Amino acid sequence: MDGSPATWVGQSIERVEDATLLSGRGRYIDDLGTRPGTLHAAILRSSHAHAAIEAIEVAAARALPGVAAVLTGTDLAAITTPLVASVRAPIEARAMATDRVRYVGEPVAVVVAADRYIAEDALDLIEVTYRPRLAVVDPEAALAPAAPVLHDGLGGNLASERAFTYGDPDAAFAQAPHRISITSRYPRNTGSPIETYGVIAEYDPHEDAFDVLANFQGPFSIHAVVARALAVPGNRLRLRMPPDSGGSFGVKQGVAPYVVLIAAAARLVGRPVKWIEDRLEHLAASVAATNRVTTLSAAVDRDGRVLALDWDQLEDCGAYLRAPEPATLYRMHGNMTGAYAIRHVKIRNRVVLTNKTPTGLVRGFGGPQVYYPLERLMQRIAVELGLDPIDIIRRNLIPAETFPYRTATGALYDSGDYAHALDIALRDGGYQALCEKRDHARAEGRLYGIGIAAVVEPSVSNMGYITTVLTAAERRKAGPKNGAQANATVSLDPLGAVTVQVASVPQGQGHRTVLAQVIADVFGLRPIDIRVITDLDTAKDAWSIASGNYSSRFAPAVAGAAKLAAEKLRARLARIAASQLNTLADDLVFAGGKITSRCNPGLVLPFNRIAATSHWAPGTMPDDVGQAIRETVFWTPPELTAPTEADEVNSSLCHGFILDFCGVEIDRITGKARIDKYVTMHDCGTILHPGMVDGQIRGGFAQGLGAAVFEELAYGDDGAFIAGSFADYLLPTATEVPRIDILHIATPSPFTPLGAKGVGEGNCMSTPVCLANAVADALGVAAIDLPLTPAKLAALARGDEAPPPAGIASTKAAKPGDRTLRGAGETTVAASPETLWAMLLDPDILAGLIPGSHGVRKLSDTRFQATVTLGIGPVKGKYRADVSLADLTPPREATLTGAITGGLGSGDGRGCVTLTPDGAGTAIAYTYEVAVGGKIASIGDRLLDGATKIIIGQFFAALARKAGGSKPTSSRFARLRAWLRIGR
Amino acid sequence: MKPPPFDYLRADSIDEALAALHQHGGDARVLAGGQSLVPMLNMRLTRPSVLVDIMRVASLGEITTQRNELIVGAAVRQATLQQRPGLANEVPLLAAALPWVGHWQTRARGTICGSAAHADPSAEIPLCLTALGGTIRLRSRRKRRTVPAETFFAGTMLIDKDDDEMIEAVTFPMRRPNTGYAFAEVGRRHGDFAMVACAAMVDVAGIRLAVGGVADRPTARAFPLLEGSALDDALNEFAWALEARDDLHATARYRRDLVRQLGRQVIEAARS
Repeated sequence: MDGSPATWVGQSIERVEDATLLSGRGRYIDDLGTRPGTLHAAILRSSHAHAAIEAIEVAAARALPGVAAVLTGTDLAAITTPLVASVRAPIEARAMATDRVRYVGEPVAVVVAADRYIAEDALDLIEVTYRPRLAVVDPEAALAPAAPVLHDGLGGNLASERAFTYGDPDAAFAQAPHRISITSRYPRNTGSPIETYGVIAEYDPHEDAFDVLANFQGPFSIHAVVARALAVPGNRLRLRMPPDSGGSFGVKQGVAPYVVLIAAAARLVGRPVKWIEDRLEHLAASVAATNRVTTLSAAVDRDGRVLALDWDQLEDCGAYLRAPEPATLYRMHGNMTGAYAIRHVKIRNRVVLTNKTPTGLVRGFGGPQVYYPLERLMQRIAVELGLDPIDIIRRNLIPAETFPYRTATGALYDSGDYAHALDIALRDGGYQALCEKRDHARAEGRLYGIGIAAVVEPSVSNMGYITTVLTAAERRKAGPKNGAQANATVSLDPLGAVTVQVASVPQGQGHRTVLAQVIADVFGLRPIDIRVITDLDTAKDAWSIASGNYSSRFAPAVAGAAKLAAEKLRARLARIAASQLNTLADDLVFAGGKITSRCNPGLVLPFNRIAATSHWAPGTMPDDVGQAIRETVFWTPPELTAPTEADEVNSSLCHGFILDFCGVEIDRITGKARIDKYVTMHDCGTILHPGMVDGQIRGGFAQGLGAAVFEELAYGDDGAFIAGSFADYLLPTATEVPRIDILHIATPSPFTPLGAKGVGEGNCMSTPVCLANAVADALGVAAIDLPLTPAKLAALARGDEAPPPAGIASTKAAKPGDRTLRGAGETTVAASPETLWAMLLDPDILAGLIPGSHGVRKLSDTRFQATVTLGIGPVKGKYRADVSLADLTPPREATLTGAITGGLGSGDGRGCVTLTPDGAGTAIAYTYEVAVGGKIASIGDRLLDGATKIIIGQFFAALARKAGGSKPTSSRFARLRAWLRIGR
Repeated sequence: MKPPPFDYLRADSIDEALAALHQHGGDARVLAGGQSLVPMLNMRLTRPSVLVDIMRVASLGEITTQRNELIVGAAVRQATLQQRPGLANEVPLLAAALPWVGHWQTRARGTICGSAAHADPSAEIPLCLTALGGTIRLRSRRKRRTVPAETFFAGTMLIDKDDDEMIEAVTFPMRRPNTGYAFAEVGRRHGDFAMVACAAMVDVAGIRLAVGGVADRPTARAFPLLEGSALDDALNEFAWALEARDDLHATARYRRDLVRQLGRQVIEAARS
């Protein structure tokens, strides 16, 4: 033979994709050429978390040479409809805001220009008048009766509420000797693909059809959403995807609203339009995983057996419910008992809206939010009952002999041997030695802890799970919606070569390699003989609404569908060959590039000759064979049934198992958590490509580590987004990601063609809670939320702080999330209070005092408007300032309130000035409170306090100088010193 | 993320650069390694009308020693200085701190003087200059002047430099006999902005401790040769005096804790 292995599946062969990617020849959306005449878009985004749009002044931007159009939400609304959501609620979501913005980064206007530079220049010339409204960021606060309401029609911010009962949880809780509870607040994070969103769109007015190239991930359910928003039938929205995509992790599904925005812009300007998202846009406004507040209680018997669970989940979907949300909350619905045989479950699910970026698909999709409280709870049960956490897990695992196992909430777990996986993990992972290491470290006074997590990883989701958000009556009315579908096409060309095409767009995973392995095995060829095409065109290629690359469905579903398509073709080729060789089709073996008779090995035909027959000699086909050129298979697993009347749902087809444990040491001084050892055991059924499976595990681990320790899409209480660059949204890099030990067992899935299950998301689910359990063990704390920042851990590791020495006031610890910049200062000047008072009310004098002022207009005795250039050092921006004076007690005291708006962001502030006679002069004292939002807060939050201090100090220094109170200064340095003394 | 329009001038001599600064004043910015300026341009945080590129001015690329000072020209890249043979002997504190400046990739482009000009409160190079009592040599068409680091850094991104002046060089005092130096830093990840960075210099006369990342500029304080709880009290007073504040990455309390603990560590390391 040719030295081929018995099967190509299961071998870590070299990836077909790598030579291209590693030599820089990948073809990503921004590398592809555009048609001559293509224009470039830039998007103006809200700097406010919540505000009414009172006016958008676009004339100056439109007048800039090179600008083709400046479009607002109103322009767009004329030719688009709102984006449909999964829940019927009076929430109107559009690709661009019309009269109100609800999160920082929400699109407000789009400029289309000859190039991106001009488009961004024009953005600076658009003036939006906002009327700020109170924002609400915290999901619990958003439910308070007095909370600001995002969508008036909704009446409050609760978008959905459902309660579920399975078994008899109340009785179990009543009888159980222990009730153990935990509350967790899972933070916001995202997948951070290296390539941001990109869209190139074109509109043909004669066909009323859109042609869009986007680095969209799928799922193709969004095709329908986009077509409806663009008000065209599906056949008039051609959506194509580039050959390569620079990562997605689910996030690229969120490009959909921008497909609508850019396609509509292309229609309005009559030219192709291209838009590539930048990193600030991506972090601020692409998509986020949901943050969730969960209270979970367990009814536990004396041995640590969990008899019932009581879930209360509050899901925060941000400012709008974007399809498929609230799917994050329901994706895990069948898996709410995790890896455990728990028969009684109670669930309350609430979805709340807040002034943050709308949520969507992110790797792990609902899993991290569920397993964090579940596995933290298992650790707490061990601690509270004084039992070994391994024993708690072992006692509750689903027994191997009960598979396929129906969970209390309706999932049908396909296969597994959890206890065996646990045993092998502990043995081969060196758990005993790790425990000894912990004991040794603790004896030395070090902070060392062990964490464990057992996780069931669902894959190949049931489209019907999202309908669990509806009541059974609502579902009856809407009609059933359930199942999954994957499709693949295998074709043969006139030279007998094999091509495979699938409706699953990879973002670097290696689909092409694995499909080549699978198909090579079916035809007895080598992977190199198989060409796999994965870019997709919805106008020409086979796909369904369920197609796409999501819920880890490639190996179990897509690769399986390709196998089935190839087998169908092989059956026909066997009949062609059988008729030529005068034997039976069943007698033929496909191997080594040949088709050979099993009974009579002398009967041999080359594969490619038979594969080409249907092209060259269609008239010679045996009866009933039909064509043997192209075969498309749509595969649908029957197990994915609709939710039952009792709300049981088999939310996914496959269920892998993961058992992680780790050892973590916390540095007493820095509070940093060092991962000393991390073991992850996986059962993902049949492994198609071991190298890629381990790659998925390592990648999932890195993202899980990021979520656990580094990453947070952070907002202030005022709704300002403050993690808008990779200097503040911290991804773990090579220096932060430790080596991990990967172990496997395999119990093949009986429900998938290849026996494979998904493996792409598991460590995003298991790693955050495994690390948190280790940290909780090291510190001996019960409650701990992510991210596990050094400051947080150090505070837990230490006692009270040494008090400040005499003369220094102890600062009150700010409430977390309170971003208000506060300051105070005083100075003494030679002028009288009356003189100073007159100066403060004189616009001409104010114009000279306000740093960077281009003139002050007095609108009334107490209202002023100014254009100012503010900044520190080189960082400067032009702003419109509106200042009002109130509580005037001439000439003693005044309160100033003001707002500034400009290209770099916006600010609201309030200050109080008191003038007290002091000898011949006046003592000026002032206090201020300032909140800054928009771009400057997103990328420079840590510098704002110092900057504000300086700018406000500058004003009073100028006042003092003008009043004749400051000594003449000869050098700039002395002036600075004067300012800064005042500023302190 | 595209910059607003600007003119680019590549100066071939220092006179040409100074002439451009004289002509354009505050509308011009000196472009050296561009590791802070270029991202700021792309984010439109700064809008100079002219960029004056000084990297081809040969005289600015020199590292020299004179009267116990290491003089680093405005075009000297951080990586170049880091690779200077004998740096650990000449300016041990700088040799210890340079690996903490950004990343290998950014040090390959970023300059020593550019970091001083940028005046980020967390930056290591301003901290070293402040700790050691280094100076900044400024030059304009009108005059030359030398400013001590302790007064040059005036606040967040604020320096004592007039619009027509440029930094020609910075100077680091070289290792003194019977003096110990130590540096330590804590950031979220390797290469991140320091949450707290501490630099200590200890000799027979006393201790000098400088802290970055806490106040709005690197701040130095001199102590006598304290030990035990007296040193704890002094560090506690210093920690509170820096007026730390909370941000996304660390609380004020965490920063004070690190000033106390990391401060003590570097002082002890410099003593030994």
